[in-house]
Amino acid sequence: MSASSDVGYHAQRHARWHYGEVAFWLIVLACGFAFPNRYLIMTDILRLALFTMSLDLILGYAGIVSLGHAAFFGVGAYAAGLLALHGIVTEPVLALVVAGLAAMVLGFATSFLVIRGVDLTRLMVTLGIALLLEALAERFSNITGGTDGLQGIEMQPIFGVIPFDMFGKAGFFYSLAVLFLLFLFARRVVHSPFGLSLRAIKNNPLRAAAIGIPVNRRLIAIYTLAAFYAGIAGALFTQTTAIASLDVFAFERSADLMLVLVIGGTGYLYGGLIGAVVFRMLQELFSTITPQYWQFWIGLVLVVIVLVGRQRLHRWVLYVPNLVIKQLAGRKAVVAVPESDA
Amino acid sequence: MTAILTNLFDGVAYGMLLFVLACGLAVTLGLMNFVNLAHGAFAMAGGYVCMVLVNRMGWPFFAALPLAFVSSAAIGIVLERTLYRHLYARNHLDQVLFTIGLTFMSVAAVDYIQGSSRVFINLPAALQGQFDLFGVGIGRYRLMIIVICGLLTIALQMVLAKTRFGSRLRAAVDDPRAASGLGINVPQVFAFTFAFGCGLAGLGGALSAEILGLDPYFPLKFMIYFLIVVTVGGSSSITGPFLASLLLGIGDVAGKYYVPKMGPFVIYTMMILILIWRPNGLFGRTAAR
Repeated sequence: MSASSDVGYHAQRHARWHYGEVAFWLIVLACGFAFPNRYLIMTDILRLALFTMSLDLILGYAGIVSLGHAAFFGVGAYAAGLLALHGIVTEPVLALVVAGLAAMVLGFATSFLVIRGVDLTRLMVTLGIALLLEALAERFSNITGGTDGLQGIEMQPIFGVIPFDMFGKAGFFYSLAVLFLLFLFARRVVHSPFGLSLRAIKNNPLRAAAIGIPVNRRLIAIYTLAAFYAGIAGALFTQTTAIASLDVFAFERSADLMLVLVIGGTGYLYGGLIGAVVFRMLQELFSTITPQYWQFWIGLVLVVIVLVGRQRLHRWVLYVPNLVIKQLAGRKAVVAVPESDA
Repeated sequence: MTAILTNLFDGVAYGMLLFVLACGLAVTLGLMNFVNLAHGAFAMAGGYVCMVLVNRMGWPFFAALPLAFVSSAAIGIVLERTLYRHLYARNHLDQVLFTIGLTFMSVAAVDYIQGSSRVFINLPAALQGQFDLFGVGIGRYRLMIIVICGLLTIALQMVLAKTRFGSRLRAAVDDPRAASGLGINVPQVFAFTFAFGCGLAGLGGALSAEILGLDPYFPLKFMIYFLIVVTVGGSSSITGPFLASLLLGIGDVAGKYYVPKMGPFVIYTMMILILIWRPNGLFGRTAAR
């Protein structure tokens, strides 16, 4: 077998759906029916998962460390809020797409700034953009509602037939559908030659350029796509909670997002979903212990994760499942976190 | 005209203060290439130590300042030896995560111990109020800041340029391997520099309580300012960050005075533009390390 067909074979094998993945999504769907009085928090987890997946696209696959991903989340949130508030686009799904596109435009415009320079410059520029938007939103309070946020948003029924109910059931299944569709698309993207080229860029930009990958154009493309995803997550936030306030741009949101992704693991898309569940559960746990100071424990978790080492931690977590699989199926472990170091 | 001069004076004082706060970060971030987002936490620690000493124990302000320096430096050296040094070789993502975690912990811890409201340090009467110099209003406290920070800056420059330790540090930064080959104890040099930078931040934190405001969210609020100083100033010398902090201080004060509605907009836009124009900072070396 020649080298190139070998690569193709492995790439295709990785791209195939595993039973585990199908089971994962079935469990997620089942949760929707199993816990009918927990829709609000589950919707929250889904939104966070989508937002994290967006960060995973640029951090886990392209290696861009961003401290200001909340910028796109915020733009999406405000766009959706304004569209609904002023009755410009009343149908939620359409408004969602429009809000995502708004964030995408911003992502495209700022991607040129982000691809310049090294890690540190990127950190600063992404952080600066988020802070800039926060300052802008505060400045133009006649549009954004300032510190009070957008209030009195009323959502129209989805497709004009399914109304949002007060228990959040419609919101949950709506978010789940959006998340799943976008996940399918992201999965397709990262397993395509385009996605493989991103990994090459992440591992060694110079070498990637040498084998003919247009590094900057690929980075711009994935950054723009990630902005779209983040915008959709923000729009979902506004649509399901009927509020948009200044804290959508907050630095803590971007920082928490990194934590979520790191808990879940970068570079295999499920990291965002798993991380979101674990993070919310941790947050619930900590805020029941100390309602005011849960941030301390979140910080401690971050420090411990880094000190122990992300890779080692994921190996420990996967040790038992892999052991079980090995015993039952008698083959090598299939559950593995791909080597991921941004 | 006098209003401009007063603003300029305030801006210079603010900039000097930022320099003292951020120059430790210039070493860790610029020279040791370690992204330390928790730098503000050390400043906050110094500020709170000074506050407790002056307000609760009745120490004189000028006696509490050195102790703010010492306590922050002590915290710095302990953390450096126990935690930070394991992370020098890690990638930037790990460093960012680790230091964000530390920042969150410090914010919550100070909130828990001292409460979340802003604290003030009781200043001696000699430092309060302002006097007129040729019609220009000069705040006494700000004048003191300029004097202290100016002297510190000169001292730092002398230490870096003239002393044996300064040349060791520069050697260790330029090429750690070659430096250790020449018998320089690089980790020790770094640890000492780190602690000293933290101490300076602590001193800056104590001085800044009056001007910037001191509350548990200090590390998060001013993180971006410290980072701006270092990234815009570049890391090749101490002059770069110094000029950058003056620029930032004057720009921020002038921006708040003349276009108050734009808020911090001016600063962030300036930073992004400068970083796009020169990714290694205004006064940085062109070759990235």
